[in-house]
Amino acid sequence: MNNIIVYIESENGKISDVSLELLTKARSLAKELSCSLEALLIGHNVTILQDELFSFGAKKIHIADDPRLVNYLTLPYSAITISLFKNEKPQIALFGATSVGRDLAPRVSSALKSGLTADCTSLEIGDHTDTKTGKTYKNLLYQIRPAFGGNIIATIVNPECRPQMATVREGVMKKEVLDSPVKGEINTLDAKSILNDTDFVVEIIERQIEEKKIDIKGSPIIVAGGFGVGSKENFQLIFDLAHVLGAEVGASRAAIDAGFADHARQIGQTGVTVRPKLFISIGISGQIQHTAGMDQSSMIISINNDPNAPIHQIADYAIVGDLNEVLPKMIKSYKKNSK
Amino acid sequence: MTKTFKIVVLAKQVPDTRNVGKNAMKEDGTVNRAALPAIFNPEDMNALEQALRLKDRFPGSEVLLLTMGPSRAAEIIREGLFRGADGGVLLTDRKFAGADTLATSYALSMALRKMQPDIIIAGRQAIDGDTAQVGPQVAEKLNIPQVTYAENIISFENEKLTIKRRLERGIELIKTPIPVLITVHATAAPCRPRNAKQLMKYKHARTLTEEQDNEHNSYLPIFSLDSLKIPEWGVTDVGGDEINYGLSGSPTKVKKIENIVFQAKESKKLTSGDEDINSLIKELISSHTIG
Repeated sequence: MNNIIVYIESENGKISDVSLELLTKARSLAKELSCSLEALLIGHNVTILQDELFSFGAKKIHIADDPRLVNYLTLPYSAITISLFKNEKPQIALFGATSVGRDLAPRVSSALKSGLTADCTSLEIGDHTDTKTGKTYKNLLYQIRPAFGGNIIATIVNPECRPQMATVREGVMKKEVLDSPVKGEINTLDAKSILNDTDFVVEIIERQIEEKKIDIKGSPIIVAGGFGVGSKENFQLIFDLAHVLGAEVGASRAAIDAGFADHARQIGQTGVTVRPKLFISIGISGQIQHTAGMDQSSMIISINNDPNAPIHQIADYAIVGDLNEVLPKMIKSYKKNSK
Repeated sequence: MTKTFKIVVLAKQVPDTRNVGKNAMKEDGTVNRAALPAIFNPEDMNALEQALRLKDRFPGSEVLLLTMGPSRAAEIIREGLFRGADGGVLLTDRKFAGADTLATSYALSMALRKMQPDIIIAGRQAIDGDTAQVGPQVAEKLNIPQVTYAENIISFENEKLTIKRRLERGIELIKTPIPVLITVHATAAPCRPRNAKQLMKYKHARTLTEEQDNEHNSYLPIFSLDSLKIPEWGVTDVGGDEINYGLSGSPTKVKKIENIVFQAKESKKLTSGDEDINSLIKELISSHTIG
């Protein structure tokens, strides 16, 4: 009872990244709250995914498997989720801020009369005192999200209602398997008894979903490398930093021409234009052809061993140093300081 | 008889988040709407166009706007009338103040119970909150299906609407019975411009509150025309339990608001030393720039 439940999204037998990121985050929240982490998996032939969910720390997996649930449909999926939440009474329920999570979570929250916060970028546990009543609530979920076009960061709490519900965007939280996974428990939900024919009045008549592509434009954090990175081997450090930060990797044209990275990652006049909230530039000199594609980023950190590199002029934080020294330090510091 | 629909478009007047000033937030953490330029929420415009297209295809259908907000949100109804809508309702009451998405959807659903539409169309999300929650929550409260992320309402055949949805990595075609609530994505067709005839017809449309505030009302006796009256509904008009409205009906509370505008464009020079790197990472974590 009163556990954390993460809604798991899958497509063609593959769990979506955002669900694994949520499990990773929820694992540390569950530890802080001394409660159990559970997963909800709805679909058809999805039981094969259970081992991966255990490897990300789920202690119990609730599975609803039915041929009619092969693709996401609002009504049956919400009926199952509502029924499970009514029985299990989780204290926290998390969903990906995808077209599925943003369709399902509000429907569920309305049925349970529970508070929901959309598109959180950070989740923490903390206490809250109501300024009017003076009542103090212990260990609430702080749901932290940008609002007003990113001009403010709001911390939202649900003092009275359970579950405390939130959606989280893909790519803002890190994804990490357990060092030593433990096999947990499976709870098979009886989809047939929960669902009615009226849950299937809406039908999908056609569906065309493409494979996931590199999407540097949509990423809130970009780590980009230039010719100054020196080699394809050194470029791996950029991927490593991006991986721990949940960022996407970009590159300057010179780095791509040198074969360090794929064309789809090119940023600049002849590539894509990006405006992430954080742009980390590594070994990029900062020619106008490149900066035209990134100078609108909310925050720029430049790392270049040339103190006179133009990129340092437009950066909020300019680090003059060797990337082989700076990047491992950043990764180490992040792992130490992030929860 | 040809088929006709009663369509209600949910539209919101929103602060233009592209022009946010210092007074944007009040001390209690709620939005100071008075200090911001107010616009018709962009995706609600796409929703209005989908409604007007249905009316074009099924003549005799009626398109009404429903908006919730303070007295000046009547501008939303007028804008809709200028572009081809047939009427609208302003849901306004002090008791609605401080509503989160759940309390908002309760108020809208109570008004919709009174209006009894066949089809409800809304923008996917509003630019002030970007939550995309109110549409699905209204659908749940009315116990009707929802089709979110719609790009085009393609047809109505055999008592079912066919709708194209635009998802992150593809599309879906959906068949749904009515009544239904549809939320429209920004990739849908833009709204048609104002129509000169409609503009002439409705330029004096106003609510009773606006009429009473108008110092020139003695020169403009046009308020006697019923078609120019924009109804204002409050809690007593739509009914329901008062506890579900406004702040008391809102399970989410704003605990803290931080301004995170990084305006200082002066570069801060750092070394590759452990101390500098560590303090930078800590700063990025505490400002939620990295998770």
